[in-house]
Parts: sequence; C-alpha cells; structure tokens
Amino acid sequence: MLITQLKSKETIESLAKGKTFIVNCHGCKEVYFAEHEAEELQKELSETNDITQIVTTDYICHPDNLALQLKKHMDKIKDADTVIVFSCGVGIQTVAKYLDDKRVYSGCDTFPLPGFQGVTPLQVDCAQCGECYLNYTGGICPITSCSKSLVNGQCGGAKDGMCEVDKEMECGWERIYRKLEKLNKLDTLKYEPKVRNYWHPDAEQTDAE
Amino acid sequence: MRLTEFFDRGEFVVTAEVGPPKGFHIEHLVEEANEFLKGRVHAVNVTDNQSSVMRLGSLATCKVLKDNGLNTIFQVTCRDRNRIALQSDILSAALLGIDNLLLLTGDHTTLGDHPQAKPVFDLDSVSLTHAVKRMEEGFDIAGNAIDGEFPKFSKGAVVSPCSDSVDAQLAKMEQKVKAGVEYFQTQGVYEPEKFIKFMDKAKQFGVPVQLGIIIPKNVGMVRYMNANVAGVHVPDDMIEELKADKEKTKAGITGVEISARIIKECKDYCQGVHIMALGWESKIPAILDQAGL
Repeated sequence: MLITQLKSKETIESLAKGKTFIVNCHGCKEVYFAEHEAEELQKELSETNDITQIVTTDYICHPDNLALQLKKHMDKIKDADTVIVFSCGVGIQTVAKYLDDKRVYSGCDTFPLPGFQGVTPLQVDCAQCGECYLNYTGGICPITSCSKSLVNGQCGGAKDGMCEVDKEMECGWERIYRKLEKLNKLDTLKYEPKVRNYWHPDAEQTDAE
Repeated sequence: MRLTEFFDRGEFVVTAEVGPPKGFHIEHLVEEANEFLKGRVHAVNVTDNQSSVMRLGSLATCKVLKDNGLNTIFQVTCRDRNRIALQSDILSAALLGIDNLLLLTGDHTTLGDHPQAKPVFDLDSVSLTHAVKRMEEGFDIAGNAIDGEFPKFSKGAVVSPCSDSVDAQLAKMEQKVKAGVEYFQTQGVYEPEKFIKFMDKAKQFGVPVQLGIIIPKNVGMVRYMNANVAGVHVPDDMIEELKADKEKTKAGITGVEISARIIKECKDYCQGVHIMALGWESKIPAILDQAGL
C-alpha cells in the first residue's frame, strides 16, 4: 500500500502560478488517495488561482495510457503555465517526462505501507520517501535517479554525463540540471541546504514543498 | 592554523595530500611529510578512506602529523558515517586542535575494496557543511545546544572545474558557498584554458580556489584517468610528452615539469594550489621550485 498525502495549501497555492491545469490520479486500489481533501482544496484553489481545468483519471504511471488520457485536453495543457499532479511519485514523474517542456509540480508526498505497491510499469521509480523533492528538481526524482540519492546537487562523479557507479545510467543530477535549464527554472536549485528526514512515517516533519 | 587566515593575508596557499596506509604504522608517512612537506606547504590534507578503500583514519593521522609540527586538513566524507557520527568526529577534531576541514560527499562504496558495504550518504557535502556551520553557531544539526565553547574551523570543499557538466558543478559550488564553504580545492587540472574559463565564472562567489594538481606519473596512469576518473582529462599532446622520453618520465622529471607548467599558467587566476602526489610526495619540492613558489 501507499499513502499519498496532500502538500500544504500554502505550498500548493505558491506552485499554482499563472494558468494551472490539474491532474488527479485515482488509479490503483493499492494507493490511498486523499480524494475528498484534494477536491476541497482544488475547489478553494479555483477561487483564488487561475485553474483552467481539473482532470481526474487513472493509471497515469503508464505512459501510453497517460498520453491517451491527456489527448483530448492537450489544447488546455499547451495553454497552461503550470501543471499540478495529485498522485504518487511515479505518476508525477511520468507526467513530467511526457510534458517535457511544462512546469509539472507535485501536489502530494508519497509514503509507503506494507503490502502490494500498486501497478506501475517501472519506467520511473518512487522511493516513497515521504518528502517529495520533485518540485525542486524538474519532476526528476533525485532519490531514485542518483546512485547516492543526493538532494543538494551533483557530486563530482559524472563522466560524459554517465554515473560513476553505473556507467549505463545517466547522471540524475545532470538530467535535473538540463531539464530545469530547458524550463528556464534553474533558480529553483538555489534552496537552503536540504537534510533528509528518515524518521518515517511522520508527515508533519517534512519541510519539502 | 586555519587556512582562511593565510587566504585573508593574500598568500598563495599551497597544500598537499597524503593518504594513510592500510595499517597502523605511519612512520614512513610522517618521515616523508617531515622531509618533503614541512616548511613548503601551508597544510597537509589527510584523505578519508580514499577511493572507498579501507585505511587508517584521517583524524588520527592528522593528530600525529600535527604533533610533528605540520598543519593539517581533516578530510571528511559522508559515505561511511551518518549525521551523528560525522558531528561527533568533527567535535573530536576540535578537541585535538585540528581546525581545517575538507567536507566531501565521498566516492560510492562500490568503487572501493569493500563493494558489499552499505553506502551511507545520510548527509552530503552541502548538508555536512551546514551541520558544521550550525555547530560553530552552538547547535547540532538537530537543533540541540552544544556545551561549552563552540568549535571553529576553516570549512573547505571540492569542485570539478574540467568536468563535462561544469554548469551543474558551478550550481553545486554556489550551494556549497551558501552553506558556509570558505575555500575550494579542485579536481586535478590538465587543461589550463578550461580552468581559467571556469575561474572566470567561479570568481563571482568570492571564495578562494586552489588549483588541483595530480602529478602525471606515466602514460598508463593518465590513460586510466581519462577512461575512469570523472572530471579529469589529460590532452593528447601531454600524453605524447610523457611518451617521448621514457627514462625522463620514469624518473618523474616529465611529471614535475608538466605540473609546474600548469601551475604557472593558472597561478594568476586562483588563490592557491593543492597537489595530489599519490605516493610521489618526494617530487613536491621540485614542482614548487619550478613553479616559483
């Protein structure tokens, strides 16, 4: 099981800059999604921010399914400045990868529970670490795409863009840097030093926006 | 003595690196440091299980070198210790009067001689710097008060100026400066023009940078580095230079010449030099002489 928990209202408000398109995923039964709270929050958000559309769908972690589900909304998505995804970490990363030139943000943190972990085709991975960093890193997870799970930037171990630990693997932080460069959002990386919180599950301890 | 005091005086700061042995007898290391480094360098770096190979500890070695009259830099990596052990060792350094730190994330465990070991990386170079800064302000990283006098260090870090991801390196460098890093030592440089270009961008941070020199020993070593060591690239003409006169290269003369030449070309663009001799500590005085230091 996974639990997705909403980030704070202030955080989500600050992310919803300009025309904002929202995606909710109510996919697998193994994921507990805070449906009611999300609906309430998005309703409130619609009053203060420019929410152009809210789409609720399923299995956005599957790239083909995602493409199909978003197809009829692509005009609105193209027009939007920001896309906020309410799903587990895999769903957010899949949307960020698909909408490569959009600012895609996470509205949730993902926590693990014992049991089945939901249906994902594993093109990207979510470590369910409980403090989602995807909003700082252009939708590419530093925990699963970096061999050292570094959260404060690249180490000195990348050669020709590949990781020193696994030469078949691209350096996650180089991917993050290039993605943010493309989105013109490199300033996002200038945050205060991040210290991971291993004391889980404890949602209140998280400081990741 | 803190390295920042030398930088503040405007001195061109020279440091050299020594690696502790896999064993607890360090007479040879101390002898070499006394003979070749004392009086020639501002401080000696002591590596922390370099390349993830298990060795004698950096802190204990620093203490012995200090007792022998050498100024030392305690290298601390995040690979083998969590935040509790790291902060504890840093307090131990303060107790022993070791007041220079070089704070690193560290190589991954799989690159060393214990590939089965658990890689820790609870903190990284940036958050470790933040932790040290907090301790200097009287608190540990969890916010608990430190008893008595607060420790005070010169906090150093590394950067890789000839990396093929130099922009990402500069972004990380900026984060390190923001976290409290006061001086940088670089990865080995063989391409002065790349280093000078890097310094043109790095100088905006206003933090002193020491040019990194790895003495090139022979063709095999530089080819190995080109294939395997991140951020290091030895150009073809330098490889030819090492090939040209095998006896001269074997005697270390070519490596000394190349090292001194790189220092001379880069000297005006940086605030010091850091020499990684990898066992060739005996060549350091000749390099410094030829570079006019």
